[in-house]
Amino acid sequence: MVDLTGECALMAVSKIGRTGGMHMITRAGSGRLVRALTRRLAAGLAAMLVAIAVLAGGAHQAHAVLEVDVTRGVVQPLPVALVDFSGVQPDEVKVGQDIVQVITADLRNSGLFAPIDPAAFIERAIDFEGQPQFANWKVINAQALVNGRITRQPDGRLQVEFRLWDVTAGQHMTGSKYFTAPANWRRVAHIIADAIYERLTGESGYFDTRVVFVEESGPKDKRVKRLAIMDQDGANLRYLSSGRDLVLTPRFSPTSQEITYMSYATGTPQVYLFNIETGQTELVGAFQGMTFAPRFSPDGQRIIMSLQQDGNANIYAMDLRNGRTMRLTNTPAIDTSPSYAPDGRRIVFTSDRSGVEQIYVMGADGSNPQRISFGEGKYSTPVWSPRGDYIAFTKQAGGRFAIGVMRPDGSGERILTEGYHNEGPTWAPNGRVLMFFRDVPGAGGGSQLWSVDITGYNERRLQTPAWASDPAWSPLIK
Amino acid sequence: MLGLSNGARVARIAIAIALALTVAACSQNRNGPGAGATNVVPGSAQEFVVNVGDRVFFTTDSSQLTDVSKATLQRQAQWLLQYPRYTFTMEGHADERGTREYNIALGARRAAVTRDYLISLGIPANRMRTVSYGKERPVAVCDNASCWNQNRRAVTVLDNATN
Repeated sequence: MVDLTGECALMAVSKIGRTGGMHMITRAGSGRLVRALTRRLAAGLAAMLVAIAVLAGGAHQAHAVLEVDVTRGVVQPLPVALVDFSGVQPDEVKVGQDIVQVITADLRNSGLFAPIDPAAFIERAIDFEGQPQFANWKVINAQALVNGRITRQPDGRLQVEFRLWDVTAGQHMTGSKYFTAPANWRRVAHIIADAIYERLTGESGYFDTRVVFVEESGPKDKRVKRLAIMDQDGANLRYLSSGRDLVLTPRFSPTSQEITYMSYATGTPQVYLFNIETGQTELVGAFQGMTFAPRFSPDGQRIIMSLQQDGNANIYAMDLRNGRTMRLTNTPAIDTSPSYAPDGRRIVFTSDRSGVEQIYVMGADGSNPQRISFGEGKYSTPVWSPRGDYIAFTKQAGGRFAIGVMRPDGSGERILTEGYHNEGPTWAPNGRVLMFFRDVPGAGGGSQLWSVDITGYNERRLQTPAWASDPAWSPLIK
Repeated sequence: MLGLSNGARVARIAIAIALALTVAACSQNRNGPGAGATNVVPGSAQEFVVNVGDRVFFTTDSSQLTDVSKATLQRQAQWLLQYPRYTFTMEGHADERGTREYNIALGARRAAVTRDYLISLGIPANRMRTVSYGKERPVAVCDNASCWNQNRRAVTVLDNATN
């Protein structure tokens, strides 16, 4: 894996283990600071943050939510100044510039931050050991300020340090130090961007993540489809399959470097497991017939999918440890696109048992299926948010395809984007952003990847070299 | 994958597309066998495609066989009984106006309904397999109903066809 270690340099950032754990940031006590900051910013900058509120109450401390109310008009992103990380040697200076470029793009693309053009900076460099001259940053309206330092170690690794400052209060907010092989500088940049995002919004970040998707090439009636993976910002794209076999619907394991997907490799479409690190592929289960629509359980131990039996599709779960399968639905209908709740106790899925596709929720053992979608039109591809609070879906009505969210009981339906054809939402690991694909119609058309905030703001296209569909967002990289 | 050489498959597709385009012009008759070529070899895959009709079409979201489709399948059954050397694959397809996974299941349902009808007409089940391509293999690629109508289909593909 990646040689990436960090240590607690100032506050609030814990060690990043080489083997284990998440990129954990100690949250104890920070919720209060964030709320205080947000309140202060809101008070000082009523216009800036008018639509941003933070849930109050100790019970919500671990989920302090940047609540953006779409009914209240345009959200103003927070102005932030990012100074090129300093270095002594030319290679250190270069990496310092590159890292800040990646952090800047991450923060800007989130829609919540407005990085200030460095041309406006009064100070060009900040002594890393000292304090910034806050007045110089106040005057260009920076609310937050980021600086850092690159130091090449005797063993060749880079030491990357950063600091985040609250300009108005004139206070240090967070900072950290990381050691990494030079080749991993982009990951360090994403990790720092996540730390900044987390500190300023109270939510976990999503920049140190990847997207697996299907790249499409060739004419529309003879499409060649390849599995591909890239960083969430489009960098480091590589292919995981050759294009010989038709492949569809890749999804990440929440716990390992594996994806599950569907392939026509044998002629019968079936679900496979693919290990990203070893390149090994493995058939999932020994089912008679077509299997499709796979997804992992939140603990990564099971795959849930559809098995086609004559004209019906039913949902099965397979335990990857012992190969045991369990049938979860048994109707003369199409039951497909299953997705677990983050606690693993419920499953949301698509069924046409009522006549057309609608969304249902059942227990993880198949018990008590309840229809939750009742709006006009057809609902499909439900995906449970990693936070548990929403289910994203594709809705077809009036010949148009929309991406929306609703609460797990079916209430609070909101359409985030709508058009000729939008399909297949996937959640960023923090549950704040959705990625999906959108079709450009016509004989020469194809699919492109887009993302949108769950408030419906900040719709953006993710650039890919060719047509692209079926995106699936990774968890935060371990 | 389908037991056809690439050349044969391309030729078959080309014929099928030509047929589909011709037939699409007469709106209510697209399940018909077309003009009916006379100079094809009896018992050949070409005869099956051109004179018998290798595909049936479905309305939106439906997997019910229309009377026209049933007539096509009756001709198919007659031909397949006459030429028992052929095994075949029943391909189910959906149009692009649906979501990927649901359409895979919908294509499978269309293939199953079509297969079952052929079985009811006396074709042994062990001569055929089914596969669904969902919306992955359209034959017509425009963005309106004239194309979608051609893509919602079940196609009887002869496995060991040599023309």
